[in-house]
Amino acid sequence: MQAFQLTRPASLADALAAANSDGARFIAGGTDLMQLLKDKVEAPSRLVDLERVGLTRISTGPKGLRLEAMARMSDVAAHPEVRAGWPAIAQALEASASPQVRNMGTIGGNLLQRTRCGYFRDTGFACNKREPGSGCPAIAGESRMLAILGGSDRCIATHASDLAVALTALDAVVELRGPGGTREVPLTEFYRLPAETPEVETIMRPGELITAVSVPADAAARNSHYLKLRDRASFEFALVSVAVALEVQDGTLRTVRLAAGGVGTRPWRLPEVEAALRGQAAGDAAFRQAAGHASDGAHPTRQNGFKQILLQRAVLRSLQNATA
Amino acid sequence: MAPSVTRRIVLGGTVTGLAIRPGYSYADYTAPAAAPATSPTVPAEDRLDLALQVNGRRLELALDPRTSLLDALREHAGLTGTKKGCDRGACGACTVHVDGRRVLSCLTLAARCEGKEVTTIEGLAAGSALHPVQAAFLHHDGLQCGYCTPGQIMSGAALIKEGHAGSDAEIREWMSGNICRCGAYPNIVAAIRDAAREG
Repeated sequence: MQAFQLTRPASLADALAAANSDGARFIAGGTDLMQLLKDKVEAPSRLVDLERVGLTRISTGPKGLRLEAMARMSDVAAHPEVRAGWPAIAQALEASASPQVRNMGTIGGNLLQRTRCGYFRDTGFACNKREPGSGCPAIAGESRMLAILGGSDRCIATHASDLAVALTALDAVVELRGPGGTREVPLTEFYRLPAETPEVETIMRPGELITAVSVPADAAARNSHYLKLRDRASFEFALVSVAVALEVQDGTLRTVRLAAGGVGTRPWRLPEVEAALRGQAAGDAAFRQAAGHASDGAHPTRQNGFKQILLQRAVLRSLQNATA
Repeated sequence: MAPSVTRRIVLGGTVTGLAIRPGYSYADYTAPAAAPATSPTVPAEDRLDLALQVNGRRLELALDPRTSLLDALREHAGLTGTKKGCDRGACGACTVHVDGRRVLSCLTLAARCEGKEVTTIEGLAAGSALHPVQAAFLHHDGLQCGYCTPGQIMSGAALIKEGHAGSDAEIREWMSGNICRCGAYPNIVAAIRDAAREG
């Protein structure tokens, strides 16, 4: 691990000021960053500790749910109002990592965790995300876990967050604060596709910080579900996951929002599937027809073609679960 | 009364140095050329003066900012009950409680624990009375080599407090952050189930 200075500001203003320098990096729960530091994937010269700035509140109101960025994953997952109004969030969090990691990890940090692509995390290999222009050995290499949607010839790294998939289906909005002020960005516009610059992962500007995530409340959110398929029963990243938020009125699908994880270079909203379902009679006929479009546009490698079928089946199962 | 010597005392040492030194000679031992894992390479003025509260005692340490809580406990406080397995958050061997919650000490910077109460396996028992989870691990033989055991016990004790011991399936899911390479899982689950019932 490269040496760094540790700054422990007591307020958000002080934290933003301390981060306004080259080589500075915020540290929230630290569960991902500590691994990246130990493996020399990242080497900041200053860590700005967010522990003392607060930002841990979980609140609900007429506009919906608001999760401050330093709220712990376990606290959000256990929150009764979250479980009732946005069950997919609680389910995605409880399917994430391990209990110890969830006691440490934060909402903001979870959204900004780096990919689990083995080439990214091993400095013995080239990686365009870690070292722009060095190449991507994953595309022709070990790619079973990697993305079939949203990749480029520079990068096919999967976005690893379960929470981000649920929040994407729930139309969440990210609140940012930085040297230039405060702004709100829909989560669907927050992550960038790798294209020519896989090292640029979000629309965040230098020195900016996620301060909160807000999620609207509606009947579909109350009937939201998260399905995660993985190689082990627990403590494993997704091969494929699906978040669905759905409302049926008089047998007709009124609202349907779907997002997939484990398959995309960012949390992957499925607008074609949603469009094929809206206004249809809820039932297997419509579900099968729509789920067949879930992998449209996929570019699998030699190793991850199975994800196309798995994604379609996961979407079907999610729709069945949400209307059971 | 003379204290009985246990493996834990021998391995554990004390804050001020090893109370009981192992009786072998270092004559044949060649120190590794590389810096130790904690890399105490920063000059003294760059070290942080920290006061940590561990098992009810105040520890004053001067540490490189990079030092993990795990290394602070093992290398600087002489509390070697907490084990280093993967050092990347994947195995759970380093599980301790910080302010009553189970966390991974390998992914925690020691400097971020100032003002918090850290509990390690050495601080779990109430004096000479074992914690119910410790007693249940003995009763059910919930270990083989024992390396993962301190982490398993710290995790199991927290799991019961969290209310996640409702069924064997629930215990397994909420113990998934603790890996046992020997495969003592059935006895670990049995131990936690029993300890939860007694608690």
